[in-house]
Amino acid sequence: MEIFVPLYVAIPLGCAFIGSIIGIFSKAFSRLFTSLVLAFMAGLSVYLILLQKFPIVYTVGGWKAFNRVPIGIYMVMDGLSVYLVTIVNVIGFLSAFYSISYIKRFTGENYYYSLFSLMIAGMNGVILSGDLFNLYVFLEIAAISSYALVAFGIEKEQLEASFKYQVLGGISSLFILLSIGLIYWYTSTLNIADISRVLSHKSFPKTIVFVEIILLSAFGLKAAMIPFHAWLPDAHSSAPSPISSMLSGVLIKAIGAYVIMRLFFNLFAISYSIAYVITVIGTISMVVGVLLAIGQWDIKRLLAYHSISQMGYVILGIGIGMLVISKNGNMDIASLAIAGGLFHLFNHAVFKGLLFLNAGAVEYVTGIRDMKRLGGLAGGMPITASTSMSASMSISGIPPFNGFFSKLIIIIASAKAGYYVLSILAVFVSMITLASFLKVQRFTFFNNSGEKWSERGITIKEVPFPMCFSMIFLAVLCIVLSLMVFPSVRDVVLMPAVNVLLKSSVYSTNILGY
Amino acid sequence: MDLGIVAVAVGFLLVLVGIWGILTRKNIIKIVIGFSVFDTGLHMVMVGIGYVKGGTAPILSKGLKNNIFVDPLPQAMVLTAIVIGLATTALLLAVAIRIYKKYGTFDIREIKKLKG
Repeated sequence: MEIFVPLYVAIPLGCAFIGSIIGIFSKAFSRLFTSLVLAFMAGLSVYLILLQKFPIVYTVGGWKAFNRVPIGIYMVMDGLSVYLVTIVNVIGFLSAFYSISYIKRFTGENYYYSLFSLMIAGMNGVILSGDLFNLYVFLEIAAISSYALVAFGIEKEQLEASFKYQVLGGISSLFILLSIGLIYWYTSTLNIADISRVLSHKSFPKTIVFVEIILLSAFGLKAAMIPFHAWLPDAHSSAPSPISSMLSGVLIKAIGAYVIMRLFFNLFAISYSIAYVITVIGTISMVVGVLLAIGQWDIKRLLAYHSISQMGYVILGIGIGMLVISKNGNMDIASLAIAGGLFHLFNHAVFKGLLFLNAGAVEYVTGIRDMKRLGGLAGGMPITASTSMSASMSISGIPPFNGFFSKLIIIIASAKAGYYVLSILAVFVSMITLASFLKVQRFTFFNNSGEKWSERGITIKEVPFPMCFSMIFLAVLCIVLSLMVFPSVRDVVLMPAVNVLLKSSVYSTNILGY
Repeated sequence: MDLGIVAVAVGFLLVLVGIWGILTRKNIIKIVIGFSVFDTGLHMVMVGIGYVKGGTAPILSKGLKNNIFVDPLPQAMVLTAIVIGLATTALLLAVAIRIYKKYGTFDIREIKKLKG
């Protein structure tokens, strides 16, 4: 089993290299090759989830720990990692398959697929790395390829968005490097499990508080939490649509929210003050994000603001779990809150990925993103309209869809933990989300008051098969994921991930073996 | 005086200069220069962290008298970070050139098509 862990990084890296070279001679090769490779990886992740043997620890180069000092670089696949890796590769496969039709109109397709694979390799590396510096290197691989992909259209908007994203992302990356240096200074080790072991034997000094604050703001920027969100609406709305769906669906989770969870649960000891800050940031993101979203008329910009709001839900669930743990409260409530956050993380990846693919399909057919000039597409594009409807109902929490259950779990958990204001705010935000998606549905797909499409010289027809396939697959996932509320499914998929965060003190023992 | 602390202090100073450059300059190229200064300062901090008083280069050889070495791990980290910094700077400059071709200016006050 151990051999599968480094393959998650090696296969996309090799795919990026081979695809960019052979892709010069054959465009069809790089298109199909990337999709096939990512389909294989998605299948492998599902297989590993079902296998249920965690944690799998792979030591690069076979260097075993010497005198209780881990020498080699550790790659760790535990319940949380395999959960995130599955999300990354499933959404990655569907976006790559969607790109087969969508990216045909761009030049330099082989470079597109090569950057796409690099981004997947970086995210898989961040999730699987058990070593802080390695995590930084993979984070930079993912971030730099995403900067390049945002600028892929090389029009004015894309370049401006990419520059803004690079400056802010670059500052946060450098702060992450600074804090890694400080952690190394204090503990003389870089292995996450070993750092947590060393820190548990020392007192809790001011240095660690300083490092925690830097890390929280740097990764908060990567996850687009509210005080640090300025780059997200520009970058996510300017990128090509499959890339928007990767950025919003996966990237802000894999290199933002995931690392926050991993560091603040497993690396540092959970403290009340940090838990409080995380909860407050999550709440502010949830509320302000949706208020900023409702006034937007550019369809992709609206979706991008909703990403901030929905990530607020995830962070809120995680933060309430942390608060309950730090106050030595009831572990069942903490487990419920964290489960809600992680469940919503998967759901958001699915429905937000689908919504961006829908926006891409609309743009592919009409070339317009402004909702005031759209309308009446439901007749000509039935698949896009119906999948978009299911994603909209999912994001705004209509019962049979997955978004309802995860939001309900977060709301119940915050009420049980005694934070009634937060649960009321969560309900309120969900209602505004519903209003804003009613607006999207009405102005994009139904309301046919504007001039006829035929008069504007645009024929409305359904998008090609690869785009339809990805959208239908994700729409089916929107319903299927609600099965995760049933105990038999939940225990297999969700609970291993929750337990990694809940039993944070045994993490280092599990990984190091002593 | 401990050389390591000097390196860390000078490095922090450079980090602050770099942040000041990124925050206050209006010219894209100067922002990129601010980035490079920030990056270099950070590398100095990390090399300073690895310094051990009286240590020599960590190379084992025959007839070695002094057994105190400086920590080689931050040096390896800095080497990797330099490569990453190169990639970041190269991409920033590539985008800066494209921006100049499209907008005809390096002034960030003129580059504001995205709002709201």
